[in-house]
Amino acid sequence: MARWLARLRAAYGAGPRHLLVLLLCFAVTGWVALRVSGEATWGRMLLWFVGAVIVHDLVLFPVYATADRALRGVLGVRTRPAGDGDTEPDPRRLALLNHVRVPALASALLFLVFLPGLLGWGADTYRAATAQERTPFLLRWLAVSGVLFLLSALLWLLRRARR
Amino acid sequence: MPAPDPSTQDPADTGRYGAPRRLWRALDRHRPPGTDTVTRGWRSPLRGPWLTSVYGLALLVTLPLVVVTGLLDYAAYAPRFGQAFPTDVGWLRLPYFDWPTRPAWLFRLTQGLHVGLGIVIVPVVLAKLWSVIPKLFDWPPARSVAQVLERLSLLLLVGGILFQIATGLLNIQYAYVFGFDFYTAHYFGAWVFTAALVVHVVLKLPRLVTALRSRSPGAELRTPVAATRPEPPDPDGLVPARPGPPTVGRRGALALVGGGSLLLAALTVGQSFDGPLRRTAWLLPRGQDPGGGPNGFPVNRSVAAAGVRPEETGAAWRLTLRGGGTTATLDRAALLAMPQHTARLPIACVEGWSTVQTWTGVRLRDLAALAGVPEPASAHVRSLERTGLFRQATLQGNQVRDPDSLLALRVNGADLSADHGFPARVIVPALPGVHCTKWVSGIDFRADG
Repeated sequence: MARWLARLRAAYGAGPRHLLVLLLCFAVTGWVALRVSGEATWGRMLLWFVGAVIVHDLVLFPVYATADRALRGVLGVRTRPAGDGDTEPDPRRLALLNHVRVPALASALLFLVFLPGLLGWGADTYRAATAQERTPFLLRWLAVSGVLFLLSALLWLLRRARR
Repeated sequence: MPAPDPSTQDPADTGRYGAPRRLWRALDRHRPPGTDTVTRGWRSPLRGPWLTSVYGLALLVTLPLVVVTGLLDYAAYAPRFGQAFPTDVGWLRLPYFDWPTRPAWLFRLTQGLHVGLGIVIVPVVLAKLWSVIPKLFDWPPARSVAQVLERLSLLLLVGGILFQIATGLLNIQYAYVFGFDFYTAHYFGAWVFTAALVVHVVLKLPRLVTALRSRSPGAELRTPVAATRPEPPDPDGLVPARPGPPTVGRRGALALVGGGSLLLAALTVGQSFDGPLRRTAWLLPRGQDPGGGPNGFPVNRSVAAAGVRPEETGAAWRLTLRGGGTTATLDRAALLAMPQHTARLPIACVEGWSTVQTWTGVRLRDLAALAGVPEPASAHVRSLERTGLFRQATLQGNQVRDPDSLLALRVNGADLSADHGFPARVIVPALPGVHCTKWVSGIDFRADG
C-alpha cells in the first residue's frame, strides 16, 4: 500500500485524495456538460462561462491595474521597489492617492454590479415584469459617485487641516 | 525509505516533476519571452498567503450559504411536480420534500439571502482574484498531471463564480442579454461551481489554516501603512519577488473590500422592505416607487404582459373548481359571500425582493371542501394567462390546507388591481411569488397527489 502510494505520488504528482476530489469534480462537470449539450444554446453558455474568466483576467484586471499605475504616475507615488537612495513615499501624496482611489473603486464597483440598470438594458422585459417604464439610472450613478468623491475630498481636506 | 506522510505533504508538490518528467522539465526550460518580466513585475507588497486566506475565509463562510439557499429555492418550487426549472436535473438536486408554509417568511429569507449575499460578496470575489492573479502567469503552468487537473478545476471555479454572478446580476435587473435560458444556466452553473469549490476547499484548507495562523489579525489591524511589510516568501509564489513600497496597509485592503460590501448591502437590502426603506435600493428595479394606495406594491408580471383582457376578468369571469368528480362554478359575488379570511403575508420573488401585504379572500381549504376534496393531497391552479411558464402551478397538500392560504380577492382593504391579479389570486405562506398564481380561472383539487 505504502509503495503503491509512493508510486502514485511520483507519477501523478499528488496523493490519492487529490485525484479523488478532482475526479468527482470532473464527473459532475461532465454530467452537466452532457445534460446542457442538449440545449440549443449550449455554445452561448460555454462562451459566457469561459468569456467571464477571459474578461476578468485579461481585460478587467489589466484595465484597473493600469489605471492605478497611471494614477500613481500622475500623483507622483513611486511604484518601483526601493532602490539605493530612494526615500519612503511622501505620506501627503499617499493620502491624496488613496482619497482618489477609494471613491473611484466604489464607483467602478457600482457601475459593474448595476450596469444593466444604469444603461437601461432589457426595457421590454422590465416593463413586462414591473408594469413600469425603465428609465436608465446613469444619472443616479453619477450622483452617487459624485457624493462619494465629494465625501472623500472633504475628509482629505479635514485630515490635511489637522496636520 | 518509508513513504512520506500524506498529511504533511503538499497536495500537489510544487517543486518536483511528475511523470513524464522529461516533458515537464522541457516545459519548465522553455520559458516564453516575457515570463520573467511579468513575474518580476508584480509590485503589491500586500499579496501573500495571509491576505488571500482572509478573503478566502470570508468566502468560505458566505459561499456555502449562497449555494444552500439557491438549492432550497429550487426545492421551494416543488420540483416533484415538474414545475421547478430546469426540470430535468437527474440526481443534481436536494431530495424531494414538502416545502413548509411556516415560517411564512421562509422563502423571503432564503431568496433574500441568496440574492443579497450574492451581491454583497462581489467585492470579496474580485479582491480574492486580485490577490492570486500572479498565479495565472506562473511558468511552468504545471509540473505534473495533478497540477494540470487542479488548474483545470480552477478554471471551473473562477469561470463558475463569475458566470453565476454575471447571470444572477443580469436576471435580477431583467436584462437577458446572454440569450440562453437563465434557469438552466444558473442552476447547472451552480453545480459546476460547487464541485470546483469542494475541490478547492479540500485541497487548500490546510494552506488557509496555516496562513491565517502565520500572522496575528489584531496586529495587522494596528499596523499603519508605513510599517506594512511584505509577507515572507511563500511556496505558492503569491508574495512578489520585488515588492514596491506599500500605499495601503493590510488593514486598508480589508477595509476597502468590507466597505465595498457594505455599500452594496446598503443599496440592496431595501428591496426586501416596504415603505421608505425600499427606496434605498436606488439602483435596483425593486427599489423604485411602486405607486401609492392599497395596491401600491411591486408587480411581478403586468396584466398587459400576461395578455389577460378586461372582458375576461369582468362580469363574465367564473372560477371553476374540480375534484372528487364534482365541478363547481362560482362568480366573484359568490366568492365574496363565502367566509372571508384576512392574513398579513409576505410575497417574495426569485429576484430577491419581497413585500408584506394584508390579503383578504376565501381559504383554499374551504374551496377544496366545496369541490368535494376536504383533505386534498395537491391542487392544480390555472390562470387566464395564455403563455408563460407560470400560468399554472401545483400546490402541495400542506400549502392548500394552511389556514392562511387564500384565494385572495382583496388586498389592504381594496379590490386587487388588474396588475395584482384581479379578480382573484392565490397567496400561500412561504410560497415563491410566481406560484401565487394571478388571474385564477380554475383549481383542480386532487385527493391522491
